[in-house]
Amino acid sequence: MKFMGYKRPDGRVGIRNHVLVMATCACSSDTARLISERVPGTVTFHNQHGCGQPPLDLDLTLRIVSGAAANGNIYGVVLVALGCESAQCSLVEKRIREKTNKPICSVSIQEEGGTVKAVEKGVEYAGKLVEEAKKCERVPCDVSELILGTECGGSDPTSGLSANLVMGQVSDLLVEAGGTSVLSETTEIIGAEHILAARARTPEIGRGFYEAVEKIEKHFKGVGTSLRDGNPSPGNIASGITTIEEKSLGCIHKSGTHTFEAVYQDAEQVTSKGMVYMDTPAYDVASVMSMAAGGAQVVIFSTGMGTPTGNPIVPVIKITGNGRTAQRMKDNIDFDTSGTIRGEQTVEELGKDLFDLMLKVAKGQTVKAEELGMNEVALSRLCNFC
Amino acid sequence: MVNSVVIKPNDTVATATEELQAGDTGNYLLEGKLYELPILETIPQYHKFAIKEMHTGDHVYKYGEKIGVASCDIKRGAYVHVHNLESERA
Repeated sequence: MKFMGYKRPDGRVGIRNHVLVMATCACSSDTARLISERVPGTVTFHNQHGCGQPPLDLDLTLRIVSGAAANGNIYGVVLVALGCESAQCSLVEKRIREKTNKPICSVSIQEEGGTVKAVEKGVEYAGKLVEEAKKCERVPCDVSELILGTECGGSDPTSGLSANLVMGQVSDLLVEAGGTSVLSETTEIIGAEHILAARARTPEIGRGFYEAVEKIEKHFKGVGTSLRDGNPSPGNIASGITTIEEKSLGCIHKSGTHTFEAVYQDAEQVTSKGMVYMDTPAYDVASVMSMAAGGAQVVIFSTGMGTPTGNPIVPVIKITGNGRTAQRMKDNIDFDTSGTIRGEQTVEELGKDLFDLMLKVAKGQTVKAEELGMNEVALSRLCNFC
Repeated sequence: MVNSVVIKPNDTVATATEELQAGDTGNYLLEGKLYELPILETIPQYHKFAIKEMHTGDHVYKYGEKIGVASCDIKRGAYVHVHNLESERA
């Protein structure tokens, strides 16, 4: 099965052709924004991290930002540095270079002598990369090159009864076509680890689910709090989800039925084909970014209550099992699965329709979040700033 | 018209697909068979009610799996949520 996509010099496949203007730290994020606003064809995001971090936390940030830059949807990168930050421009560039040979330009605010000069230079670099990117043409690519990130957010009970089941069909269809689907959000596998472990290719991969949960539970205890304080969220509870176990058991339907081939660290490069797991936080915007950093070119996101979430690196296809949300939040929702709850449509037929929509999006059809310019990003982290 | 969903045969709760009131009949299909029970109190849309009587400490099942423990006795047809169902994970 083929679709028209972009083949990158590093061998990756993209479904978008953006130039990424990326800040190395929070201090240079608004300068990056000023550059991106002046150059159509670029994307950017606010990088809250990059300085004041202990080494392990900084390493996670570097893994995310370098992964975002290496994503197949990105033609080239303009790095916007301050100059004195922990995530030194040369270090960020080195981490990107370990993953890809795509074009990288960089500009430093302190070296240039202020924001105005840095913006001027950044605009010049970004403009040049956009002109180069325009020369890239879509070529036939195999569907097996696609990495789908599965996500849920603003969940209500319809997510576990309908939308996540339909998404699970898409995971199955993509895996059967030789591609990759990623389940994520470790908090939302709590209470369902045994089901995922039983689906693992090897006992070692199965243990990976338990280890990921143990790590996060220890982390919460270590800072004197508990998962009950934050998950399920007040909105989840108001909508009818009572416990984290109930939320998780609904959540894991996104992974379909196939064997788990790997458990990846947060934002690690996904190289296995088939169904895989990534150890990300349950905060949806952070988890989406971690999967994009891992190489996912497209995300399907289920939302019972509705959310605008998009992402600058990947198109986010929003689906809901709640018919009222599909009507009330039409401008945010791409696909309505509520027919399965009313008994009007089957999970199987909607799964095929959603798979077709994903392929159209891969070929260039825009999703609602792209049309609205929704690019919110949170970067996963291990601990507080130091 | 079916107004509730039960996912697996060992489940002890149903999800109401529309708001139900005390005195309504909750009904759901399971393995092709229609089941009915009287609803004891208001169940908001997409919230849960008990389809079996449960006692304090009993596991509550949905998706065929444990979703927590009953924190008090729960009558068949009663609303099941944070007031009578607790997580075992913290």
